[in-house]
Amino acid sequence: MIEYSIIGKHVPRVEAKPMVTGRLKYVNDITLPGMLYGKILRSPYAHAKILSIDTSKAERLPGVKAVITAKDTPMVKFALHAQYGIEDEVSLAIDKVLYVGDRVAAVAAIDEDTAEEALDLIKVEYEELPAVFDPEEAMKPDAPRIHDDVEGNIRHRILHTFGDVEKGFEESDYVREDRFKTPMVISCSLGTRCCVADFVRDTGELTIYSDSQVPYQGKPYLAYIIGMPVEKIRSIRPYLPGCFGSRISSDDVNIISALLSMKTGKPVKIEHSRDEFLRVIPSRHALIAEFKTGVKKDGTLVATQCRHITDNGAYTVFGIMNTLQNSDLLDLILRVPNVKFEGLVVYTNTRPGLGMRALMNNSFCSGFYSHLDMLARDVGMDVADFYLKNAHQKGDVTTSRCKLDSCGISECIQEVIKASDWKNKRGKLPKNRGLGLGLGAHTAGFQWGGETSTVVVIADYLGKVGILSGRGEYGQGSSTMICMCVAEELGLKLEDVSINEVVDDSIVPYESSNYGSRGTVGQGRAAIAAAQDLRRQLFEVVAEKFGAEVEDMEAKEGRIFVKQSPDKGMPFQEAVKAYQDAGKLLPLIGRGRYDPPSEEMDFYTGEGNVSVAWGFGAQVIEVEVDTDTGEVKVLNVVTANDCGKALNPLQLEGSSEGGILMGLGSALFEGVFHNERGEVIGTTFPTYGMPTSKEIPTNIKHIWVETMDPYGPYGAKGITEVVELPTANAIANAIYDAVGVRIREFPITPEKILDALKKARIRDKREYYETI
Amino acid sequence: MKQEIRLQVNGDFYDVFVKPSETLLDVLRDKLGLMGTKKSCDVGDCGACTVLLDGEPVTSCLTLAVSARGKAITTIEGVAEGQNLHPIQKAFVEHGAIQCGYCTPGMIMTAKAFLEENPDPTEEGIKEAISGNLCRCTGYVKIIEAIKAAAQIIQEER
Repeated sequence: MIEYSIIGKHVPRVEAKPMVTGRLKYVNDITLPGMLYGKILRSPYAHAKILSIDTSKAERLPGVKAVITAKDTPMVKFALHAQYGIEDEVSLAIDKVLYVGDRVAAVAAIDEDTAEEALDLIKVEYEELPAVFDPEEAMKPDAPRIHDDVEGNIRHRILHTFGDVEKGFEESDYVREDRFKTPMVISCSLGTRCCVADFVRDTGELTIYSDSQVPYQGKPYLAYIIGMPVEKIRSIRPYLPGCFGSRISSDDVNIISALLSMKTGKPVKIEHSRDEFLRVIPSRHALIAEFKTGVKKDGTLVATQCRHITDNGAYTVFGIMNTLQNSDLLDLILRVPNVKFEGLVVYTNTRPGLGMRALMNNSFCSGFYSHLDMLARDVGMDVADFYLKNAHQKGDVTTSRCKLDSCGISECIQEVIKASDWKNKRGKLPKNRGLGLGLGAHTAGFQWGGETSTVVVIADYLGKVGILSGRGEYGQGSSTMICMCVAEELGLKLEDVSINEVVDDSIVPYESSNYGSRGTVGQGRAAIAAAQDLRRQLFEVVAEKFGAEVEDMEAKEGRIFVKQSPDKGMPFQEAVKAYQDAGKLLPLIGRGRYDPPSEEMDFYTGEGNVSVAWGFGAQVIEVEVDTDTGEVKVLNVVTANDCGKALNPLQLEGSSEGGILMGLGSALFEGVFHNERGEVIGTTFPTYGMPTSKEIPTNIKHIWVETMDPYGPYGAKGITEVVELPTANAIANAIYDAVGVRIREFPITPEKILDALKKARIRDKREYYETI
Repeated sequence: MKQEIRLQVNGDFYDVFVKPSETLLDVLRDKLGLMGTKKSCDVGDCGACTVLLDGEPVTSCLTLAVSARGKAITTIEGVAEGQNLHPIQKAFVEHGAIQCGYCTPGMIMTAKAFLEENPDPTEEGIKEAISGNLCRCTGYVKIIEAIKAAAQIIQEER
């Protein structure tokens, strides 16, 4: 086993000190001289024609500097995301609004109060149209048509088939069908979406202090939407206050602040209010998933299928992308010879969706591993044995061509079973207590075909090392991970290296994107390559000095030296000086790039190995259900994740605990629901269902399964998404184990449990009377 | 009508013109440039804007600036002593109680007031104390650990 100096150690975050002292500047903290404040007027109707807009009164209000409507924009249709979006959205509504909250007009004023007041003075005449909020209703022949060019409101259909499921069901001894519903769940990052756009009329240049997770990829789209040459835009991405996918598109704060800044020639800041954030921010789509699975008596899976209805909302931001990604999931963890996935992406008059922590994988897993838990019970098998019997092994390729070059799902299951004492405890717990096993798998190094990562490492005459990375930081610890890789390779301490806090695309090299748990593999590999490139240049100088070969050199404990005779060498800083003395130019620069061998997903089948590495996780969760109140208490969690290699257990544990609470929230509390007018119910944290410190069990045991992925840095894989996935289905299964009711519509609220318990009692009574 | 008020923040006095409706949060951030106090929900649900008024934690988004006159206001910028982090700040760093960090200032302010009243807290007590401070990243576990550890360090220092 390789001995590392930093890798594998508990390492606190590199930006922790400015955070705990309040010094760290987030995008929301940016103010510029002469800055104006922008506000967006939003539709009060779910579906309506705009007959007229009168902005004259608003324009006359003192302090108002600009009022814009569609006619002030290029009026182009666009897709808010690069991959597989559909160009169906506009920056401000042209003639129709399609959901409550759709953008109609915007104002820039000297302060927020004036901007708010001006919004009230804009007069819009609407003609209300019939609206539809449920994707199944939207597919009916008489449903209102949301986009003129799309019949039946079905935006896209994805069909992935392998083998013959019908034949598979016939050959099965048990076949089971279940239907699950999950609502939209919101990222709820503590900072709302925010952007400051600064257009300078003299130069025609726009600087955008963006909150986008995709500052590089998103820029050409922004340029197109606002009608500006892309080379005139400079994107500066400061530290972000939590993302979880909520900033994966350019979105309205970026577009509208840019348009207002272009109109006024002044910097304009738009920051969503919390209410606005919870009402309109696109997040994880609502899902209806119908599963059917067939199995042999001995527990061998024969066939499985899913009809996957994605509530696309009014515009296709991520609806297709999310559905494509879910088309991988039926046999990502378990081997199944016959698979059919039918994905429908359906428009409704609700807000559009985005990815949120593993896109919409959590919604799929919530249902699928509940369904399989029931199937194992039908067969009469312990679900853990059932999973182990069918689990993928290293080297397997799934029916969607996902290549599992490392795969530790069996170890994860075995570890949680052992650590939770599953075999002894199950069935012997006190009344109303239950144990549930949950599974999840996700991309652990998402690399859409052609996506690359680049890192530059620079050493100056003081021997200090600086890192330029386009990754940026929004909470997952990527910057710390990159610093760890560079320090490890150069034999330095963590405090000897520093990394850019702000991603300024005029000086920081291109990074494709920041999502899909891709930072560890992409940036980690690029960082190692860059550090090794720098190291090699130092090795050459020092080796020559001591008459040694470059291959014999080592960098460790702050020194560069000959491996066999460590006294032949010098401190890192002196080596940098020696490099300069050798007539070479400082700063010394190391460049690293990682081009992963991954593919794109097919637009109609979802097939293609979209991630260079895949992450797996299993959890056993114990719950107690109060049968008087219906309340569920999560007592303890054992979680095992295949992280490839645990680079920094402190950060891994933190991510995992956050993921568990998010999964717990989606299982028990959270969801976006609408009234009959399409207005969102619950636009504050408590009414939305955001979990607090009172809901988290502190009794969490972490197990890291190290499978040493061949592509990962030091064997590591990204885990920030997969850690959430097993929680919701483990809780659902534990509730069933505790009280024998299966709730198929998430979240599993006390009301639903009480209602199900009542129905079960009535059914039991009836069955009892029928037998006597 | 705007009026001039004097606020004492982290030991310094500031004279500011404020509207009667202006919140302490907006004055701290927009007028005094103390950006460490964070705005998240603006309606008192999340605790990100927590500051201390005479040692008592308040959500500054629900506190009118004029009502803070004559009180000692402590914000996150006033917690460390020069270069030396407060034990709670140190514990947050070492225990990995931070991810995106946006809830951190408010969380530390709440913890500071809590530990001054409860030097030897139970886990349940900590959970209850920070239940008005929301965090989306950490799942609270490391925050609870950090506050526990800080309590111990503070007691040992005494």
